[in-house]
Amino acid sequence: MSADFPVALILIFGAALIPPLRGAVRRAYMLLLPLAAFICLLAVPQGMHGQVELLGHNLVLMRVDKLSLLFCYIFLLAALLAVIYALHVEDTLQHVSGLIYAGSALGAVFAGDLLSLFIYWELTAVSSVLLIWARRGEHSAATGMRYVIVQLLSGLFLLAGGLMHWRATGSLEFGQIGLTGTAGALILIAFGIKSAFPFLHNWLMDAYPEATPTGTVFLSAFTTKLGIYALARGFPGTEELIWIGTLMAAFPIFYAVIENDLRRVLAYSMNNQLGFMVVGIGIGSELAINGAVAHAFADILFKGLLFMSMGAVLLRTGTIKGSELGGLYKSMPWTTGFCVVGAASISAFPLFSGFVTKSMIMSAAADEGLLLTWLVLLFASAGVFHHAGIKIPYFAFFSHDSGIRCAEAPRNMLVAMAISAALCIGIGVFPRGLYSLLPFVVDYEPYTASHIVSQLQLLFFSALAFAVLMRTGIYPPELRSVNLDSDWLYRRAAHGFATTFHDTLTKTRAGLAAGIFAHAEAVIGLIDRQRRPGGLLMRSWPTGNMALWVMVMLLAYLLFYYAGNGHA
Amino acid sequence: MSLALHLPALQVVLPLISAPLAVLLRHGGLAFATVTAAAWTAFACAIGLWLQIGQAEGGVISYAIGNWPPPWGIEYRVDRLASFVLLLVSGMAALVLPWSRASIEREIPRDLHYLYYAMFGLCLTGLLGITITGDAFNIFVFLEISSLSSYVLIALGRDRRALTAAYQYLIMGSIGATFIVIGIGFLYLMTGTLNLADMALRIREVENTRPVLVALAFLTVGISLKLALFPLHQWLPSAYTYAPSAVTAFLAATATKVSVYVLIRFYFTVFGESLVFDKLPLPQIMLWLSLIAMFGASAIAIFQDNLKRLFAYSSVGQVGYITLGLSFDSVNGLTASIVHLFNHGIAKGAIFLLIGGLVIGMAKAGAVPPAPTFDRLAGLAKRMPLTSFGIVIGGLSLIGVPGTVGFVSKWYLIVAALEKDQFWLVGAILLSSLLAVAYVWRFVEVAYFRAPPVGQEARCEAPLALLLPAWLLVIATIWFGLDTSLTVGSALDAAQQMVKSGR
Repeated sequence: MSADFPVALILIFGAALIPPLRGAVRRAYMLLLPLAAFICLLAVPQGMHGQVELLGHNLVLMRVDKLSLLFCYIFLLAALLAVIYALHVEDTLQHVSGLIYAGSALGAVFAGDLLSLFIYWELTAVSSVLLIWARRGEHSAATGMRYVIVQLLSGLFLLAGGLMHWRATGSLEFGQIGLTGTAGALILIAFGIKSAFPFLHNWLMDAYPEATPTGTVFLSAFTTKLGIYALARGFPGTEELIWIGTLMAAFPIFYAVIENDLRRVLAYSMNNQLGFMVVGIGIGSELAINGAVAHAFADILFKGLLFMSMGAVLLRTGTIKGSELGGLYKSMPWTTGFCVVGAASISAFPLFSGFVTKSMIMSAAADEGLLLTWLVLLFASAGVFHHAGIKIPYFAFFSHDSGIRCAEAPRNMLVAMAISAALCIGIGVFPRGLYSLLPFVVDYEPYTASHIVSQLQLLFFSALAFAVLMRTGIYPPELRSVNLDSDWLYRRAAHGFATTFHDTLTKTRAGLAAGIFAHAEAVIGLIDRQRRPGGLLMRSWPTGNMALWVMVMLLAYLLFYYAGNGHA
Repeated sequence: MSLALHLPALQVVLPLISAPLAVLLRHGGLAFATVTAAAWTAFACAIGLWLQIGQAEGGVISYAIGNWPPPWGIEYRVDRLASFVLLLVSGMAALVLPWSRASIEREIPRDLHYLYYAMFGLCLTGLLGITITGDAFNIFVFLEISSLSSYVLIALGRDRRALTAAYQYLIMGSIGATFIVIGIGFLYLMTGTLNLADMALRIREVENTRPVLVALAFLTVGISLKLALFPLHQWLPSAYTYAPSAVTAFLAATATKVSVYVLIRFYFTVFGESLVFDKLPLPQIMLWLSLIAMFGASAIAIFQDNLKRLFAYSSVGQVGYITLGLSFDSVNGLTASIVHLFNHGIAKGAIFLLIGGLVIGMAKAGAVPPAPTFDRLAGLAKRMPLTSFGIVIGGLSLIGVPGTVGFVSKWYLIVAALEKDQFWLVGAILLSSLLAVAYVWRFVEVAYFRAPPVGQEARCEAPLALLLPAWLLVIATIWFGLDTSLTVGSALDAAQQMVKSGR
């Protein structure tokens, strides 16, 4: 196949052929699509391919370099895993939209210019929302609507910024953009929405927990990582990103701790992991960029794995509330095991993938002498261990037995989780493989004594605290119905702080919202009255009324003409 | 070849003859064959003219009717813009006519069928004539032909409100036509000629006189009424809603578009840009009216319960984009207008044809099709997957999603706005697309995410004869969204020619 053929189209148009297929043929075909795309990709040399002209602009549909290839590999891998995970689902809508979504994310990664980036950008938004709507409830419909509006808005920012960039520089090429002028700012906002920057992040926590169990696995892989890729491409070394990322890594921790919906906990922890990557991009040194994209690679795998295990729980038990689960390790031993691997990876245990990637970002921050950032990231690492590393598996699978007895996850789900888990461990044990794919040459050794010791110290002290509290009985007996998080440490310290933090925020927001809502209700009421029969919006106008308007317009034109033309 | 030389005349004369023939034949099937044959030949003529324009000197073909040379005789004058509009109008007619055979079966009493075809032929004649003629009074004559026939066509709708709608359109259309003829009268008074090209030369000497300004005002209001520019759009929603489906599709795709053409013709060819855009505050007025249309009409569309009416209001909004492009007074702005005129024509044509198929698919055999109100559309995607999907694609084009024609037009609009450094307008254009998202979403939600009413789950896809032409248009909305060489190429040529002639 020619190098000019956009690989993304294999998935996008390939997905269109799914509906008529049935049963085993469909399943085989869906597995084949990412593999076929991967094989095509192997034949493509690095460089700018697929140049076409649209609307008088030269578009580059296939910019193949190490950065885009890395994201492409992981996107294809994620697509394959998500397809395997979703094989048991009998819902054409989900299959088609999932693959189109993966394909458009792929296309966006290869886009060498802002216009084709925009086109794929919007396509990811439109295709991914179907995964949320596929849950088919009032609630998911509303959530999906909010989600898609935010995503489309991000596209609009990108288009507006891209056009201004084009006006300023005369080129639509998507390279280093930098935070210069309005154009750069608009594009940064667009990327920021996708990467869930603080205050632009709500769609993530809102939408991901509302998708179908399999849909969330798709969602978790592409949208935010596409944002990270775009940032790495357009804004490396932008100092503002360091602070944005630091904030991102820290604040979701508080929310993750008090959240009860375990998939939402994961959404918060995803936001926190994205913070690490954004910091890396902001630092902009070779090590930092390597670390950011490597962490994105690893995050897709372990966060996918965690979402998969939670999806399996949701599928089998019908709930995902931490307070209603517990003791599932008896029923779902395999899922439990895989979840623990994911938890260990996200907590960056040595020999797991998070360790070899996250430590690059930490080291880069230390190299640059960013003490505050480094400390916050350290705190965030401890936080991750607590809410994702312990809380998720503990509440779902251990804790006090909820009495739920269910079947083990379907076999295809287990296969997908097993592959992900194997990869998590594989990357952790043999980091060289991943390192060789990174955009810059890696001269970094994760397994030094000081790295391992400091990381283990961090983890073991957290675990020790947890264990001691459990043992000594200070750990409160469960109050499952009330509390979200029955951890003494959190109840006394972090929880209190988090709650205050949350309350203040909610209050300010509520105050603002009350004002806005009061007005909005008045407007909606007005509109509602007008849309009833006989209202302004529904009325067929009487003819005389129309004729009157004609006269008004004529007079207006005459007046304007005389005024505009002076006294002719 | 002598026939090729007479293409401009044949373009209009063939449909004109087909109409009385249809009446004389007094038979639905024969009338159908006659008018359809005429429409297809007209389409062939339009293609021929379009090809000839490419070679013609200066990109203009002038044809003297009856060999009376202009400016004394009536001149048919085909330039790039005219040829592009001729393509759209005759192409839509060639597509809608075969479609309508199956659709009017259910919507119009059988003994009126031949009259329907006759009226359709006349309407087509009028629209083609307006486009091709180079004579001001001739424009008025053809305008009346097309308008009177379209009143009748609308009144053929089964809903009793069709009659009121047609009557209202009749009154408003007559006022519009009167204004236009008054405007032309003033111009004749001041220049002593009716030939547009001649008039354009002579108007330079008198362009600052009050009668010329009054003529401009009358023409602007008269034509704005015909093209449904806000706030003179009020006849349109009812007319589109209650007319037979085929009529709605044809008029939505062509009638307002031809009116836009007339406006461009008068502004750029006759009055000239320097008068219209530089000396008078017309661009500002048009800009604001367009913005109000884009936002106001789209917002009203969101609240409609009848799908036809919803898309009728959306048409008013989309006309706003076309006039917005005009108000920029630049090659890119005019290109955007012309491209959107074509693009919106095919997208809206597709949507209305699909809605026509939809109501027929929903009706019980032999019964009058019901109005496509939202409560009847629940779960439509299950019952009519192809129809629903087609409407969604048409809707995506209205939103301006990349890959559809709507995106191409919006792109040029945005480029034109950027040229003028009007960044806020870029924002406005993009924001107004969100309103389109909202009304298209209403359809998607009802059709795809609601369960069909109990007892109506069975597949009831519209007949193939209705689906095929509609899907041709749906495919065209994607085709021309990806391959813009024909549409943008023609529009750009036309815009350059227009702007050159206006300076």
